[in-house]
Amino acid sequence: MKKFRFSRKQLVIPYAIFLILFVLLPLLLIVYYAFTNSEGHLSFVNFINFFKDSTKLNTLAISIVIGALNTILCLLIGYPIAYLLANKKYNSNKVIVMLFVMPMWINFVLRTAATRDLLSAIGIKGGTMPYVAVMIGMVYNYLPFVILPLYTTMLKMDKSVIEAASDLGAKPYQVFIKAIIPMSMPGVISAATMVFMPTMSSFVISDILGERKIQLLGNLIDLNFNHSLWNNGSTIALIMLVIIGISMLLTKNVKKEPASRGGGVW
Amino acid sequence: MVKKILAKIYIGLVLLIMYAPILLLVVYSFNNAQYINLNQPFGRLSGSLYVDLFRNEEIMTALLNTVLIAISSAVVSTILGTLGAIGIFYSKKKMKKTISALNQIPVLNAEIVTALSLTILFVSLKGIGVQFSFFTLLIGHVVLTVPFVVLSVIPKLQQMDVNIYEAALDLGATPSKALKSVILPEILPGIFSGFMLSITLSLDDYIITAFTKSDSFTTLSTYVYGVTAKGPLPAELRALTTIIFVGILIGLLVYNFIMAKRAKKNERRFKRI
Repeated sequence: MKKFRFSRKQLVIPYAIFLILFVLLPLLLIVYYAFTNSEGHLSFVNFINFFKDSTKLNTLAISIVIGALNTILCLLIGYPIAYLLANKKYNSNKVIVMLFVMPMWINFVLRTAATRDLLSAIGIKGGTMPYVAVMIGMVYNYLPFVILPLYTTMLKMDKSVIEAASDLGAKPYQVFIKAIIPMSMPGVISAATMVFMPTMSSFVISDILGERKIQLLGNLIDLNFNHSLWNNGSTIALIMLVIIGISMLLTKNVKKEPASRGGGVW
Repeated sequence: MVKKILAKIYIGLVLLIMYAPILLLVVYSFNNAQYINLNQPFGRLSGSLYVDLFRNEEIMTALLNTVLIAISSAVVSTILGTLGAIGIFYSKKKMKKTISALNQIPVLNAEIVTALSLTILFVSLKGIGVQFSFFTLLIGHVVLTVPFVVLSVIPKLQQMDVNIYEAALDLGATPSKALKSVILPEILPGIFSGFMLSITLSLDDYIITAFTKSDSFTTLSTYVYGVTAKGPLPAELRALTTIIFVGILIGLLVYNFIMAKRAKKNERRFKRI
């Protein structure tokens, strides 16, 4: 037998085993449960049930609409903020930038409950207007995730292109459309991917702020989890994985900011 | 000038709206009314909620558990992820690609899918005695955080001078000694930011915690989630939110102050050169 010799490559082994056991294997189990019935036989019955059930299809549609609406709202509010923060003319204070991402460090459930307390104090109650309350809660929660990648992209924007555009006679709105928007596109894309899927799959915000009146895909998985319905739960999880895969393929060609989930903060 | 004022107003307004829920809790943390009611006069200032908070055993246990799982998962993730990152960095191309792709899965996946997949794994392993416990919760949190440790360490390895490790070996260091005293100090900032990121992700987590914990274990997230089903936030949590908010704010200002000082120092050094 060859004598064991240490090399740096071998350090990957524990991590590889961990990933296989706790990342890859669980996902394979999801696929297995999605394509079997409760007796463990191969079957498409879960998918047939999902796409035949109008309430479940409704949930899928509502999730997509709320996800898209939240992405648009966050971008509309966050884009100007990021632009102003990244522009030396309007802001040179780093603390202000950090104030925008600071809410991420306050416990998420606590923050959401605080939002509900505020909304019900000013008369927007989840019981009577669940959609309004949930949308406000979604924007509250995801705004920092939009501002951060947009801000980092805009810091790196080539300012001379903007100056050149206006020197060459472009009006301010033309500069914005033809120079600033295209240059900030990578930030927009990564912001959108950080908002859209998490919104669809969240269930805490819709539960707390919508007084359990609104069901998103995340709520559906949570419901199946609570009743130990692994086949149904896995089916929805697999549908979600497919949607994630599609959205990744769509955005593959655009270079993304690596600042996901607050990764850029540290 | 007008533009500048408008910009300031917009930034201020969004910040005010963003912090409104927290500020409301901060203000009402000094009032011992059971629930917040803006139509009633504010009443007397009182610090009694802060006393109640520390007397509430349920909240204190939840807090302790939250910190316990955050620290233990961050330590495990940091060790596993740092070794993993070094291993990935020095692996052959094929291995490198495979592991990096696997590493991206929990980052890109919806958290609830990760949570459900782990639950199904643990349920499937019931036959060999696996039960939902602190250990399953720990695995859940490590899955959540370890990819971010790897992602913060790898850039530091890329920035490192490739020759210094070889030099250490040539000068007679054993590979493990060279790893410890040459590579490790170079990538320390990456390890530190990975550790901090792990802590923050773990402290904030609800979904994976709820899916992988044992029934009797509560963290701050699961405790708050449980009480919100019954009604508005219990009054003591207003005091807790205030403490967390002020703590983070102070941390932020101190961090900023240190960074500004360091930047100034560097500037001076540049000038001398």
